[in-house]
Amino acid sequence: MKLIVNNREVTIDADPAMPLLWALRDLIGLTGTKFGCGAAQCGACTVHMDGEAIRSCITPVSDAEGKKLTTIEAATDGTDRVGAAVHAAWIKHDVAQCGYCQSGQIMSAIALLKSLPSGQQPTADSIDAAMAGNICRCGTYVRIRAAVADAARTLA
Amino acid sequence: MLPNIDYSELPRALQHMLERGQTVKTLPRRSFLKLAGATGLALGAFPHIALADPAAGGKAASSLKPTQQPSAFVQIAGNGEVTVTINRLEFGQGVHTALPMILAEELDADWSLVRSRHGTNDAAYVDPLFGIHLTGGSHSIKNSFSQYRELGARARAMLLGAAAARWKVDVATLRTQAGTVLGPGGRKLGYGELAEAAMAQPVPEKVTLKDPKDFRIIGRPTPRLDARAKSSGRQDFGIDMRLPGQLTAVVARPPVFGARLAAMEDAATRAVKGVRAVLRVPLDGGAEGVAVVADGYWQATQGRDALKLTWDTAKVEKVDSERQLVQYRELAGRPGPRKFDADMAPLATAPRQLEAEFVFPYLAHAAMEPLNCTVALTEGRAELWVGSQCAGLDAGAAARVLNLKPEQVTVHVQMAGGGFGRRFSSTSDTVVEACEIAKAARAAGLNAPVRTLWSREDDMRGGFYRPMHLHRARVGFDEGGNVLAWDHVIVGQSITTGSVFEQFQVKNGIDGTATEGMRDPYPLPMRLTVHHPRLNVPVLWWRSVGSTHTAFVMETLLDEIARATQQDPVAYRMRMFGDKHLRHRDALQLAVDKSGYGKTRLAEGRAWGVAVHESFDSVVAYVVEASVKDGRPVLHRVTAGVHCNLAVNPRTVEAQVQGAAVTGLSMCLPGSAITLKDGVVEQSNFDGYTVARITDMPEFNVHIVPSAEPPTGMGEPGLPPLAPAFANAIARLTGKPLRQLPFKLA
Repeated sequence: MKLIVNNREVTIDADPAMPLLWALRDLIGLTGTKFGCGAAQCGACTVHMDGEAIRSCITPVSDAEGKKLTTIEAATDGTDRVGAAVHAAWIKHDVAQCGYCQSGQIMSAIALLKSLPSGQQPTADSIDAAMAGNICRCGTYVRIRAAVADAARTLA
Repeated sequence: MLPNIDYSELPRALQHMLERGQTVKTLPRRSFLKLAGATGLALGAFPHIALADPAAGGKAASSLKPTQQPSAFVQIAGNGEVTVTINRLEFGQGVHTALPMILAEELDADWSLVRSRHGTNDAAYVDPLFGIHLTGGSHSIKNSFSQYRELGARARAMLLGAAAARWKVDVATLRTQAGTVLGPGGRKLGYGELAEAAMAQPVPEKVTLKDPKDFRIIGRPTPRLDARAKSSGRQDFGIDMRLPGQLTAVVARPPVFGARLAAMEDAATRAVKGVRAVLRVPLDGGAEGVAVVADGYWQATQGRDALKLTWDTAKVEKVDSERQLVQYRELAGRPGPRKFDADMAPLATAPRQLEAEFVFPYLAHAAMEPLNCTVALTEGRAELWVGSQCAGLDAGAAARVLNLKPEQVTVHVQMAGGGFGRRFSSTSDTVVEACEIAKAARAAGLNAPVRTLWSREDDMRGGFYRPMHLHRARVGFDEGGNVLAWDHVIVGQSITTGSVFEQFQVKNGIDGTATEGMRDPYPLPMRLTVHHPRLNVPVLWWRSVGSTHTAFVMETLLDEIARATQQDPVAYRMRMFGDKHLRHRDALQLAVDKSGYGKTRLAEGRAWGVAVHESFDSVVAYVVEASVKDGRPVLHRVTAGVHCNLAVNPRTVEAQVQGAAVTGLSMCLPGSAITLKDGVVEQSNFDGYTVARITDMPEFNVHIVPSAEPPTGMGEPGLPPLAPAFANAIARLTGKPLRQLPFKLA
């Protein structure tokens, strides 16, 4: 099976029903995407499929075949303008505590900012709505809000 | 995350540990260093040089304990990079940054060149006061503040000694500045250039520490050292461990705590592609399970799903939450051991009376990184990679399972995705289980490292909860709000019974962790009776331990008395703090001043709520604004006043208060409870067990009372006063007190 992960074609030998999360983590070695619940309840496993934020823990790898997949590693490597802005804001605001959920948080934040028409700033409510699917058990929500809003301002 | 411990009891605690043979002998420094190198730690282009390496000719001061030897904590590379080893688990609380800050301050390091890494079960990394490896009780900074300062000062003295020898000048003519030694005539050498020569210097026993007014790192809001890695998916956690040939195990666990297997059919499991072994293994608490070992997690879970298992649950206790509450109510009416024993005669004649019952459910820690432990076995050796709050105890437990000596086991402490107490269980359940599986896999001919990984469901249904509690109070007071007699009963399982802390926590049949936070600092005539029923549901410390329930009871009842006697809740508390409890006063006053309480007019439908609580030697006061919307309590704004003495990293203190408050807020939300039906835990994932989300988050401001006193803990104290402050605001709006968590509006 062929996947396009972070602009590279990867061939894997996997059961088509295997969730994308485990293909990324166990087969491809991209462990930045995290396992939190296995049931699309917590958002730790969020990646982008054709630019849309999805929960990789419940997405069969067969559904991802031929789609353009982006994980946290590529989203924050500086090549993507929005990803770089979110990454920088996360560091500036010292968002992470344990940091385990933050890959998913950042992927949701990038998807939100990419979904906005050019020049439009997210409202406080739209930030909350976009981030509501991502649990942070350490409770970094105040700084997540600040970082998302700050990243949006730097992109304006 | 762990109980407050009475320091006067330490020697006994230590003795207890030694008797159990759970302390780990110091590994020879050389082998430790080699080990560190072998794990692939390479932080710079230059090899790291340990200070005072005996093999290099340096002298380790024999009078110093392993916890005081700089060699185990400071490594300086030729390029000047300083790597500080932390003696704790970093799981969000910020010690990965704060401990290096403390050491770097006295080392006079260039902060931009300071790095941090985790330690092992080596004896150097025990808590210097407790003598065991321990991350908990909000003790990391408090107990290692002096230790890390002295370590930094010792290393600095050795660098100065090396510079004096090289320049042939009196050491008194030298000074240091941000990673550089400066000498007469403009002479200058970087720490990296001196590190090797410094190794040959004797380790000084006594060192002079800085005057706190000269601190340039401690006390400054400092970005976390792990912020970049944690914002890019590049931070490895225990779950990300990947060794060559590594296999993954998942365990089919009994539906009821303590049950064993009656029959197993595993043909379908063995037929799953990637499954390597199916192993019956002993589990915690006398239970039994089936481990499926496979190439990866998905294959292992596919294999587990294909098992056909019959469990023998006939002889095990089947706790049922509804029946349990009836039993607890019955127990509350019986006589029992007393923690406090004031005269209750005034109750009969008190002009005002108040009776209340409180119910608190079991709570799961639900850390975001599911429990895991990777074990590699070779002949006569075991290596473990695990996010452990107690590396030494875990190593001791692993040694017992594997029939090894403690010194044959190395625990590499891994960055952990939260924990809140769950990564330290009294039985080392996670580690023991992983070792049983690795041992069985090896016996079955699998010569590979095995990572045992729990699913979210395994974790949430796996016990080790904050215990369910019932409180009952009868309070007599006068029209001035003066309490004349307070008769109180607590019913709940003991968390330290059967743990290493039992000896010095359980006295006269009362577990001190169940009553911490009761009465004090208020001068109340209280009689406190405690019952500890024994049930087979495993229970454990959970962020802020006893204060998770005692603070709620105390702070809501006092608020109710203030309301009943038409007194301002702030003035009422201040009066009781008197001039004895200044930290409480200062924390509350700061929160009041910054919130606008008593000055600002609130929006229609909103009310103020106040609570103050001391736990783990720090005081946190909250002034909150809340409302009721569509029959549901909503928290809008929180202002915190914090007294933790010297805040080493105020930016982390702020984060810890916000984070602990979110956990406190979670306790209030509908669905934040673990319940059992006929022995089976009813919740299994975040759809059934509520934790706060961003949409629940109020506006939040943290203010810290300035202080230069030695720091106290901040991992937990932000949690306890949140729920009562919120409840007090709601009670002001509805006129009805909230007496259970999660909140239930009448």
